[in-house]
Amino acid sequence: MTAPTLRRKLEILADAAKYDASCASSGSVKRTSLDGNGVGSTDSGMGICHAYAPDGRCISLLKILLTNFCVYDCAYCINRVSSNVPRARFSVQEVVDLTLGFYKRNYIEGLFLSSGIIRGADYTMEALVRVARTLRLEHDFRGYIHLKLIPEASPELVAEAGLYADRVSINIELPREESLSSLAPEKDSRTIRKAMGGVRLAIESGAEPARKARPRRFAPAGQSTQLIVGADAASDAEILDRSAGLYGSYGLKRVYYSGFSPIPDGSSRLPPARPPLMREHRLYQADWLMRVYGFGRGEIALDGGMLDLDIDPKLAAALRDRGDFPVDVNRADRERLLRVPGLGVTGVDRLISVRRYKRLTLEDVKRACRSLAKVRPFIVADGWSPGALTDSAGLRGLLPKERPRQLELF
Amino acid sequence: MQVVRLASETDFDGWRAAARRLRKTATPPETVFWTVAPDEVLMDGTPTGTAGEPADKGRGQSGDFRVSREFVELARSVVLHRSPERFGLLYRLLWRLEAEPDLIRIVTDPEVARAMDMAKAVSRAAHKMKAFVRFRRLEGVEPESYAAWFEPPHRVLERVAPFFIERFANMRFSILTPDATLRWDTETAVFGPGADPSAAPDDDALEDIWKAYYASTFNPARLKVAAMTREMPKAYWRNLPEASLIPGLIASASARTTQMVEQAPTQPSIRARKAAARLARDGSYDDVPQTLDEVVAGIQICRRCELWREATQGVPGEGAAQARLMFVGEQPGDQEDLAGRPFVGPAGQLFDRALAKAGVPREQTYVTNAVKHFKHEPRGKRRMHSTPDAGEVRACRWWLDSERRLVRPRVVVALGATAALAVLGKPTPIAANRGRAIPLPDQAQALVTWHPSYLLRVPDEAAKAKAWEAFVADLGMAWGLAG
Ligand code: SF4
Ligand code: SF4
Repeated sequence: MTAPTLRRKLEILADAAKYDASCASSGSVKRTSLDGNGVGSTDSGMGICHAYAPDGRCISLLKILLTNFCVYDCAYCINRVSSNVPRARFSVQEVVDLTLGFYKRNYIEGLFLSSGIIRGADYTMEALVRVARTLRLEHDFRGYIHLKLIPEASPELVAEAGLYADRVSINIELPREESLSSLAPEKDSRTIRKAMGGVRLAIESGAEPARKARPRRFAPAGQSTQLIVGADAASDAEILDRSAGLYGSYGLKRVYYSGFSPIPDGSSRLPPARPPLMREHRLYQADWLMRVYGFGRGEIALDGGMLDLDIDPKLAAALRDRGDFPVDVNRADRERLLRVPGLGVTGVDRLISVRRYKRLTLEDVKRACRSLAKVRPFIVADGWSPGALTDSAGLRGLLPKERPRQLELF
Repeated sequence: MQVVRLASETDFDGWRAAARRLRKTATPPETVFWTVAPDEVLMDGTPTGTAGEPADKGRGQSGDFRVSREFVELARSVVLHRSPERFGLLYRLLWRLEAEPDLIRIVTDPEVARAMDMAKAVSRAAHKMKAFVRFRRLEGVEPESYAAWFEPPHRVLERVAPFFIERFANMRFSILTPDATLRWDTETAVFGPGADPSAAPDDDALEDIWKAYYASTFNPARLKVAAMTREMPKAYWRNLPEASLIPGLIASASARTTQMVEQAPTQPSIRARKAAARLARDGSYDDVPQTLDEVVAGIQICRRCELWREATQGVPGEGAAQARLMFVGEQPGDQEDLAGRPFVGPAGQLFDRALAKAGVPREQTYVTNAVKHFKHEPRGKRRMHSTPDAGEVRACRWWLDSERRLVRPRVVVALGATAALAVLGKPTPIAANRGRAIPLPDQAQALVTWHPSYLLRVPDEAAKAKAWEAFVADLGMAWGLAG
C-alpha cells in the first residue's frame, strides 16, 4: 500500500473535522507581525471569513483533525472506531506547513485543530500542543489558533495548550446526560464538566508570563462548545436550559448548535437522517435572544416544548404575550423596544438616536428596520396606531412569511 | 456653474479644501459641478485644477465653521465609493449642516441615509477585500514573494493596506487592482497606478490543495446556496480559485446526501457493545462507604437527588482524617464547584481569616458541606446561588453522616441554617441557639453559628463588626470544646 498523498490526507481529515460547526476567528487580543519575524495578525473584533462553502458556512480557519483514527465509539461521529471510513494521520510538520502555506496566501485566519483519541488522552493532547507550539515558537506565527481539548488530558498539557491557543473548546455534543452514556459510552460528562470548569478558572486567573509570539493570556478568545441537535430526544426547551447552564457555569463565548447530519457509514444506533436545519436556525435565534436581549428561557419555549419552526422565536413570544404591545417607539425604553419583533439592536439604537431630534413616524421606523410589515402591528408611532390589529386572531397569517431555509435546495 | 476638478478619484483632502472654500463663499450645491482631473493632467504634474487650495488656508478667518468628527469620518468613507454623485452629495450635506447642525444623527433623512449606505458599502468592500484577496507565490523568486490581483467594488486599497502590512509585515507582496497597486518589501509601502491582471502570476501549486480543502469541508447535506452568495457575492468569484468548484459541488449535493441517508448501517463494533455493558453495571453508589476515599468516589457518581445535573462535580470535605473538629457549611459555591474543593471562594477566604483570628489551625480540622453539589440558577454569564431544599439536604445526609462516622469528630460546627438542619436533623434557628453545646446521639457535641457568607452580607458596618466578633468567638469556643 502506498502512503496517501498530502492532498488525500487533507481530504480525509477535513471531511472528518467538518461536523464541528465552529469556525470563528473572533474575540482574541490584537496582535500584528510588525515587531516579529513570522506572519500573522488578529484583532479583538469579529474575525474574517475567507470563503463560504455552498452549505453557507464560513471558512475562516483550516479546520482539520490531526488524525481520524479514534479508539472511542461515539455513535454520531464519522470517526468512531466502528466506522469504515478511510483513515489518515498528519505529521506535525505537515500541519505546520499547510497552515503557513494557506495563511501566506490569505486563504485562512489560522488553524482549528482537533483529533481522534489515539493511545490515550495525554498522547493525543501532547500531539495537538506540539503543533501549536511549533507554529508559535519556531515560526512566530501570530494568526488564530483554536485547539480542541481532550477532557481527560493532564492539567499541565491543558495549561500549555491555553498559552498557545486563542480559543479552546470541548464539545458536550449530547444535550441529555443520559444520551451521552448510551451514544458515547467512553465519554464521561463529569470529566467534560470538570475540564470546562478548569478552563474557566485558568482563563479567569490568566496571568501567565507573556511571550511576544503568544497570546498574553490563557486562551484570550475564551472557550466554546457544541451541542448536536436531533441525535437524541431532547426538546428545544431542554437544549436551551442546557446552554443557559453552560453559559452561566463556564463563561462560554459560544454554544454552537449542529443539526445531526448524516455521515458516510452511519451507525445502526443512530440512523442517518437529513439534518434539521430550520430547528438549528431557531435555536441560534433563541440563544441570541437569551444572551443579547435578556429573554428568559420560559419566555421563549414552554417546559419540554419545541420552538415554532415557521416563525422566529421573538415573533412567537410577542404573539403569545400580546398584552405587552403595542410599544410606543417615541417613548418606550431600549429594553421594551428590543422586544418588538423585527427590530434588532442596530435598529433600536438608530431609533433612539433619531428620536432625540424628531418625533418618529412609520417612515422613520421603515428606514431603521428590515421589514415594516412585521414591526407595524406591534408599535405606535407618530400618525400610526395598530388599533385592533395587535390583538386580531388572524395576525399570524397576515405577517410576511419567512422563506424556510431548507427550500434553498434547488 | 462652478467646476471643481479633484486630483484623483479618492482625493478627500482636495474635496475638503474645495468644499470649505465654497461654503465660505456661500456657493449653493446646485451650482457646483464636481469632477476628477483626467489622468494625463496628473501625469504631467500639472497642478490639480481649481481644487488646489491648501487644506489649511483660511482657518480662523471670519465665516469659519466646524463640523463634527462624525461627518468627516463619514465623508472619508463615502469618497471611496464608486458612485459619481459622491462629492456632490457630501457637499450638499455639508451645506445643510449649517441650518441643521444635528443632521448627521438623523439617519432616517434620505440624504443622510444615502451617504450612510455608501459608507456601509465601502466598509463592506474593505472587509471583503481582507477576506478575498488570494496571493500567489512568484515562482523562482527569492526571497519568497507573493502577488495578488483583486477587483474591489469600491476604491478601498489604501484603506485596507495597513491590515495586509500588519499581517504580512515580513513577507514581500504586491496587491494589484485596476485603480491602484500596493507593493510591500518588508520595510516600505509604495502605492502606484492601476494595473492589469496579466501582471500577477496565473497559478500557484498550493491552489489545488486549497481547493481540495474547500471541497472536503463542505457538507452536502446542508446545502444553503443563498446563504453562501449573500456573503460571497458572485462578483468576487472570478478571482477566487475555489469558486470554480461551486457548481459541481451544488450539482452533486443532493445525490450524495441521499446516498448517506439510505445506506445500510454497519454493525457496531464489539468494543462498543462491551462498553455499553460495562456502563450498565456502574449504577448509583449504594454500599455504605468504608473509607473517606470511597466517599470522594461515591459523591462523583451520586444520583440521590437532582443537583448533580447542573453542577460541575461533587465537592467532598477535606482536612484531617481523624480531626477532632468538623465544620459543616451549606453547599459548594461557584468557585468551589469549579475547583472541586470546599471553602475556597470569597466566603472560604473570610472563614480562613476568622479561623486564624480564633487561633484554629484549619489543617487540623475537617471542613465539608451539608450538600455536595452546587445548587444554582443561570443568570446570563453568571450563576446565582440557590438554597438547597429539605429533600436535598436529607438525600445528601447519606454522605455527611458517612463523613461523621469515619472522621469521628468530637465537635461538629454547623455553619448556617442549612448545615444546622443537616447536622441536627431539625430546623434550628441560629441566633437563638449559638454559643451553647448541643449533644448529638453519637456522643459528639454540636455548635451552630452563622455561615461566613452571612457575614459578607450584613449591610451595616457596626452590626458586621459585632457579628464578626461573635463568629470568631464561636470558632474559638468550638476549638476549646474539641481540645
Ligand atoms: S472521541 Fe468520539 S466524537 Fe471524538 S473523534 Fe472519537 S468517536 Fe468522534
Ligand atoms: S447533592 Fe448530595 S445527594 Fe444530591 S446528587 Fe449531589 S451528592 Fe448526591
